[in-house]
Amino acid sequence: MSGAAGPDAAALLEARAAVLAFGRTPALRGTDLRVARGEIVAVMGPSGSGKSTLLHCLAGILVPDSGEILFDGRRVDRMREAERSELRRDRFGFVFQFGQLVPELTAEENVAMPLLLGGARRGTALTEARDWFPRLGLEGLERRRSGELSGGQAQRVALARAMVARPDVLFADEPTGSLDTYTGEQVMELLVDAVRANGTTAVIVTHDARVAACADREVMVRDGKVTSPHLERTGP
Amino acid sequence: MNVPLTLLGLLERQSSHGYDLKRDYDTYFSPTKPLLLGQVYSTLGRLARDGKVVVGPAEPGAGPDRKRYVITERGATEVEAWLTEPVEAEQHLQTELFTKVVLALMLGRDASAYLDLQRAAHVARMRALTEIKRQGPLVDKLLADHSMFRLEADLRWIDVTQARLGALAEEVCK
Repeated sequence: MSGAAGPDAAALLEARAAVLAFGRTPALRGTDLRVARGEIVAVMGPSGSGKSTLLHCLAGILVPDSGEILFDGRRVDRMREAERSELRRDRFGFVFQFGQLVPELTAEENVAMPLLLGGARRGTALTEARDWFPRLGLEGLERRRSGELSGGQAQRVALARAMVARPDVLFADEPTGSLDTYTGEQVMELLVDAVRANGTTAVIVTHDARVAACADREVMVRDGKVTSPHLERTGP
Repeated sequence: MNVPLTLLGLLERQSSHGYDLKRDYDTYFSPTKPLLLGQVYSTLGRLARDGKVVVGPAEPGAGPDRKRYVITERGATEVEAWLTEPVEAEQHLQTELFTKVVLALMLGRDASAYLDLQRAAHVARMRALTEIKRQGPLVDKLLADHSMFRLEADLRWIDVTQARLGALAEEVCK
């Protein structure tokens, strides 16, 4: 899968005029974003601009007060919580800044988690999980617990967990935010290789331009709205 | 880039013909902007005049390029001094960028939109460099890294300036 798909291709994921406030504090003020199938989009913006809120709305974690969220033609914002939960489990993968592995579980059990939650047998799930370890340079760490992993290793385990069920969309929120530049770069290379190999669409929230440079394109969120200089230049 | 001292440094590694020196220089230090062979020979001529290299005898069966250049004690001392001195920590202020922002504000134009466009251009360049890093040899990766860190510095400046545009407008429009 190449990054040839641009913002004008058929959208797999879309926010239309999304508005969301936390109490009296507006977070999204009519946000629009289209993400094509197989595209990797970086969402950038200052702290508090609404970029993580936008990701949470696209992923069905939050529901906007008004506007529409569409995934594969379906209105995510109109789904019941149980439906959204199922969507997140079956179609989406997530990577957050601090890995957020379950500390009581081994690395391979953490990776197998989405398959187990999806109803796979334990043996099958663990076998599939273990396949990811050599691909991400994690050989020999299968039985380690999260406390016994370095930051870069934990983040690679989190990436394997996000990708093991072959999601349609990977959502990543500051995936290298807790890592040094070199380690972060290695994680991003693996992330891009994994999503490209799987044809997964990716939405990556980041304040790091090096991370954004790994994406097919980047958009800026400012004051709860998406600004895209390229679109503005071709507008009416 | 200090071409004479870099060539001297390569000669300290091993004596060399002019063409081989040019090839090594281009490979390691300037893959996108090769040295002209004429510049290599004129530089070597000046280094010989100043006693920093000596020219060996023409080698058998040789054309004009078959002279071997050897670094002298004086040349080696100069390389050693150069390699241990820190480079001046220059203030790499992008004056054109700064000028455009201030002028736009003075003229009541949209400085924010300009900064967004500049930002997009910087990230696009970083994307091209990222591609070089994914495919190129380690030397290219390191050169690309350096360019990317400089671009990142500009981007930080762009972001902070974007946040301070209101205050800057008040100051320059007094």
